[in-house]
Amino acid sequence: MRVGVLALQGAVREHLRAVQRLGHTGIEVRLPHHLHGLDAIILPGGESTAMRRLLDKAELLLPLREFVLRKPTLGTCAGAILLAKRLEPAGEAPVLGVLDVTVQRNAYGSQMDSFTGAGDVAGVSDFPLVFIRAPRFTALGPNVSAVALWQNHIVGVRAGLLWALAFHPELTEDLRLHAMFLR
Amino acid sequence: MRTGLNRGLAEMLKGGVIMDVVNAEHARIAEEAGAVAVMALERVPADIRKQGGVARMSDPELIIAIKEAVSIPVMAKVRIGHFVEAQILEALRIDFIDESEVLTMADEQFHIDKHRFSIPFVCGARNLGEALRRIGEGAAMVRTKGEAGTGNVVEAVRHMRAIQSEIRRITLAPDEELMTIAKELGAPFPLVQEVKQLGGLPVVNFAAGGLATPADAALMMQLGCDGVFVGSGIFKSADPARRAAAIVQATAHFRDAERLAHISRGLGEAMPGLEISGLAATYAQRGH
Repeated sequence: MRVGVLALQGAVREHLRAVQRLGHTGIEVRLPHHLHGLDAIILPGGESTAMRRLLDKAELLLPLREFVLRKPTLGTCAGAILLAKRLEPAGEAPVLGVLDVTVQRNAYGSQMDSFTGAGDVAGVSDFPLVFIRAPRFTALGPNVSAVALWQNHIVGVRAGLLWALAFHPELTEDLRLHAMFLR
Repeated sequence: MRTGLNRGLAEMLKGGVIMDVVNAEHARIAEEAGAVAVMALERVPADIRKQGGVARMSDPELIIAIKEAVSIPVMAKVRIGHFVEAQILEALRIDFIDESEVLTMADEQFHIDKHRFSIPFVCGARNLGEALRRIGEGAAMVRTKGEAGTGNVVEAVRHMRAIQSEIRRITLAPDEELMTIAKELGAPFPLVQEVKQLGGLPVVNFAAGGLATPADAALMMQLGCDGVFVGSGIFKSADPARRAAAIVQATAHFRDAERLAHISRGLGEAMPGLEISGLAATYAQRGH
């Protein structure tokens, strides 16, 4: 498969490496024409405010929105924020606004509050969870299911072809979630 | 240990621009322009250079005001070796500390033992040995020292080229040469081994010190930096908001010359630049 990784900013290299280790072709996506011929896309961790600005300036916002409505998409951390329909603190406009969830940004505080753990994610047991200035999902629409919990907080969701995770599988050596997404 | 988490935050900043800001209004302009983080300080390096005197950690009140103004990570500087300034910044729960040669040194012999802290540190380096010594002390991220406050990118280029050429040397060296290389560089042997194994540094490396234009940012990215710091270059220019946004764009699209040409047009006056040979003080010489 040809798997795009949004490459405007953030942990792009780590996702590309995971995609390649699983035997797929990883493609950096910076401009609209980079979306042609892709089978799936990953929106990486990074700073969502910076990505919002860069998506806008590259005129990538609308083409990417159309793409993620049709093809398998995985958003991790900032990527999950890009996908959400509603953001907290309230008043902040959504970016792609395709996933029927409310996401609270920096839900745990500053870097001092970043943490690691382990848990079950969509049937994958004991997956390493790395939360860095992480968001969390505070409300899910009717067609969205929770696939990961951390201390009763929803930290992973799925709605059809759309996956969104509050943590960073790309910072671990564990490829099971990437493999499941790309199956 | 928090090494993985702290190096991980640095990974999230890759491909981005970290901007020096001196108040909450600047911080909002930086965030709006697409900065991935802001560096809170009382005076930008160009003013420290001009006004002289002892440059110290900023007033916590200023740092708190900046932290409240933005949602992106907030960094702040401490003097080299001043571990109490670092303890104070950790207590303020900002996101990253820069143990910086731009401030006056507090200890001319020793840097901070960064392993003792939960908060991540970034440190400057002129060459690979210096970078690996800082990583050995616990830095989660490194940057070139460059020559801050000059608007002159030449020192950042020198430092990045030095780091890259030393990495190439290690990558090509047979194992039996690594100990002698470690001795020559003054670098911890296990980190030299790790550089060979990874083919690069184990942490993110940004460009800093003297960047003033979108082309400067793209140059440093093409030389292999993971992202850029811009200090005086933005808020000492004629149109900070516009220049900041342009540098963010140039850092993301650093190989796209046509785009860079478009981005660089009509930005107004850049900050005034200085020749390195005419400087009264070279900050890059501070630290070991």
